[in-house]
Amino acid sequence: MKLQGKKVIALGERDGVQGGALAACAQSAGAEVVLETTYCFV
Amino acid sequence: MVLLGTPNAESSRLYAMTVTAGDPSWAGALAGVALGLPVYHVMEEAVKTQVAPEVYEEQVALMEMVLEAADIAQAVQEVRAHTGQGD
Repeated sequence: MKLQGKKVIALGERDGVQGGALAACAQSAGAEVVLETTYCFV
Repeated sequence: MVLLGTPNAESSRLYAMTVTAGDPSWAGALAGVALGLPVYHVMEEAVKTQVAPEVYEEQVALMEMVLEAADIAQAVQEVRAHTGQGD
């Protein structure tokens, strides 16, 4: 699996890794983030 | 593809199944809808090794120390295997 060039949906969670962090990771690997969100179930 | 940041194995499995085979709880709009999207957790080695080390360290490393990364990775891998996605 290669992240380079892929379109990524980043589904973060407040108690885990948040969406912004996932997006930063994906972008640093050469992917395009098309949706980024952070869910909270508290 | 879908990148997850879920905090435990159970929620990771639920998210992964929802974006591949459809919502297993049959509670949401994706019940019975098999999107078949490739799904990975950010703490899986297959993802981690492709992220710039300084970015991973700043954004994820702290949470990786407190979450059950191995259990989470196994849960998502099982869903991929079950839905016919290779690693």
